[in-house]
Amino acid sequence: MIGYIIRRVTYAIPILIGVNLLTFVLFFFVNSPDDMARLHLGVKRVTPEAIVKWKEDRGYDKPLLYHGSKPGMEKLTDTIFVRHSLKLFVFDFGRSDQGRDIGYDISQRMWPSLAIALPIFIVGIFVQITFAMLLAFFRGSYLDTSGVVLCVAMMSISSLFYVIGGQYLLSLLLRLWPISGYDVGWDAIKFLVLPIIVGVISGIGASTRLYRTFFLEEINKDYVRTARAKGLSELRVLFRHVLKNAMIPILTGVVVVIPLLFTGSLILESFFSIPGLGSYTIDAIHSQDFAIVRAMVFLGSVLYIVGLILTDITYTLVDPRVRFE
Amino acid sequence: MPFQIEILWTDFLIFVLMGSILAFGVYTLRHEHLRVPWRQVARRPLAMASLVILCAYVVIGLMDSIHYRPLQDRQNSGEPVYSNVELSLLDKVAMPLRARTEKTYSAPFAMQAYTKETVEYPDGRHAREYPRLLYGGAHLKNEAERGGDIASRAGTATLAGLGFWLLLVGGFLLIRQKREETLAQAAGRLMRGEGDIPWRTVLITVGILIMLATNAGYLSLTYHIFGTDQAGQDVFYKSLKSIRTGLVIGTLTTLVMLPFAALFGIMAGYFRGWVDDVIQYVYTTLSSIPGVLLIAAAILSLQLYIETNPESFTSTTQRADTRLLFLCLILGVTSWTSLCRLLRGETLKLREVDFIQAARALGASHATVMARHILPNVMHIILITVVLDFSGLVLAEAVLAYVGVGVDPTMNSWGNMIVSARLEMAREPIVWWSLTAAFVFMFALVLAANLFSDAVRDAFDPRLRK
Repeated sequence: MIGYIIRRVTYAIPILIGVNLLTFVLFFFVNSPDDMARLHLGVKRVTPEAIVKWKEDRGYDKPLLYHGSKPGMEKLTDTIFVRHSLKLFVFDFGRSDQGRDIGYDISQRMWPSLAIALPIFIVGIFVQITFAMLLAFFRGSYLDTSGVVLCVAMMSISSLFYVIGGQYLLSLLLRLWPISGYDVGWDAIKFLVLPIIVGVISGIGASTRLYRTFFLEEINKDYVRTARAKGLSELRVLFRHVLKNAMIPILTGVVVVIPLLFTGSLILESFFSIPGLGSYTIDAIHSQDFAIVRAMVFLGSVLYIVGLILTDITYTLVDPRVRFE
Repeated sequence: MPFQIEILWTDFLIFVLMGSILAFGVYTLRHEHLRVPWRQVARRPLAMASLVILCAYVVIGLMDSIHYRPLQDRQNSGEPVYSNVELSLLDKVAMPLRARTEKTYSAPFAMQAYTKETVEYPDGRHAREYPRLLYGGAHLKNEAERGGDIASRAGTATLAGLGFWLLLVGGFLLIRQKREETLAQAAGRLMRGEGDIPWRTVLITVGILIMLATNAGYLSLTYHIFGTDQAGQDVFYKSLKSIRTGLVIGTLTTLVMLPFAALFGIMAGYFRGWVDDVIQYVYTTLSSIPGVLLIAAAILSLQLYIETNPESFTSTTQRADTRLLFLCLILGVTSWTSLCRLLRGETLKLREVDFIQAARALGASHATVMARHILPNVMHIILITVVLDFSGLVLAEAVLAYVGVGVDPTMNSWGNMIVSARLEMAREPIVWWSLTAAFVFMFALVLAANLFSDAVRDAFDPRLRK
């Protein structure tokens, strides 16, 4: 088991190197630091001195890959690639183009993100599985058909409409919760309820429909027929036998997103002004802060790969038929 | 010539796409094994109704993809000078809508503006009131006439639509009538819904669409049926223009990624070994980067390029078009990986099958085996992925617009409509019509696409076939 995990982690290293190289090419070759400076200082009427100063302040004045005038190893290390790209590997994110410490910002903003992403994840799965089982229990009936049609209709609505609709209906009309904002400690709860409700509802359609097919796949198998033949009630069959086996594809499908819960949700956080990583990313994109976007790309990829490794491990844990190779 | 045809990059690709769909259609008609699943799709009433709606969208989208520059004037030498504004066939048809802009917001079917203004009367009096709109309900004397006018116009439009539809149904019956049958018998057969293909559903959907179209068309001549936005532009016109953007993103993205996904997926599964390792490495790396962030990074780069090289674009339409195309490309890069993985898995299974081994033994080259034997056998996977991806891409456009890395802000798109409408929700009274229009148009397209793709998947997926 431990050997398997070590092997999986070593597989991840070349992928992360690839991600790192790709972001480096995208942010420093496609856009030279000069271009970035010009974008920030205004495209027109910018003096060369201002550009040089802007680059110096942010450490972008070094050569990209090879610094010829430096002695020894510094030829390779005193470059943009090492200073700004390779350092991501030790989670040293450096400073944003505005001069703030990105690592500190991330460690602060992670928790509000988690505070809405985690409840959405847990409540969401619970609701989706409940609905999917309900549809599977009444399979073939009108309830099932109309449930599936409702799921497809819910899938066809853009997530933006869920947010806007939720804010309008629950906050402006019914005045149940504040429309947006955030607070520290337990006071945050009243701000969190609305985004969590919206997040759960917007996720119902697609997942319920998918999980329903998982249940239906299991329901037609031989062991279910055996369970029924020995006289178990349909409910008991569903909960004790079908649920357990249908959980395998469901679990392995959702494990991959667990690490990504830290990075939060772009849309929810920015609509509800929650100071998490999602709104951090959106603000960075809007203000064209390349350093933050670069850091978030790398962080997101690391977490995704962690999710993939966790998925492989859960496969072996929940399904004894799968063996380590 | 009174105009000069202008072909934008996305226009060109759209016509390439139409061409390949037609070619695929002809190919399908000639092969029985491909016709069977399509016939199964055609038997589903819901799928056929969705197809009709999709076709309506496609027609509008295609009309909006034929661009031209109108003649501005002639120089002394007789050399024609064309306007630097590109118009499309849709703009030409909807010219009344395009030209009639109000000052600012106005509600649907309103006669008066949304905000109060100081109006000066001829006798020198000043008053704060809601001024009359320039075009919306301009033919009416006062508010009291409006309800009756709308009802009578809607009635006329509905009757005209009904008449047109009845003509259509009559024509359809004449074609479908069997030799020994009277027209009434053919109509009865249609009404009972006999036969394989649910023509009854199709014709009813067409009828509803025609009626909606005549109503919208006729009423929008004298009213802003979805109101106007902040700049006074007709929201109905904007929604119509957004159709092309949505369709382009939904289709061209898959068109650009398809060749790569198919080639790499099949190669990885067929050759295995180091080819497989390299391709797997590339797609794992790409798919591990969060999609939105990769798109954001790429779009920021493009924005920088556009801002530093303004001379490469002659008009805002061209600039917006370049960005749209680039968005399709980068969305394609982020979305080809899942298809590639599916194709690799399927090819791994297929290469061990007897007929492939036989083809190899008979001396067929690797390229021949992949193109002639493997590709046709994974075609159903490609088709299912393409139709399933479409609705997701249309929805993604809105999210990307919100993040600020979607299509150009000057381009009409549902995403841009929603983003600008978001701030309008805080106004009092609330400006709800832009949002509603975007919602209705988007929902109808995505729902139809979802229902249709479900039917296609059920028909083509061998695991679901009974």
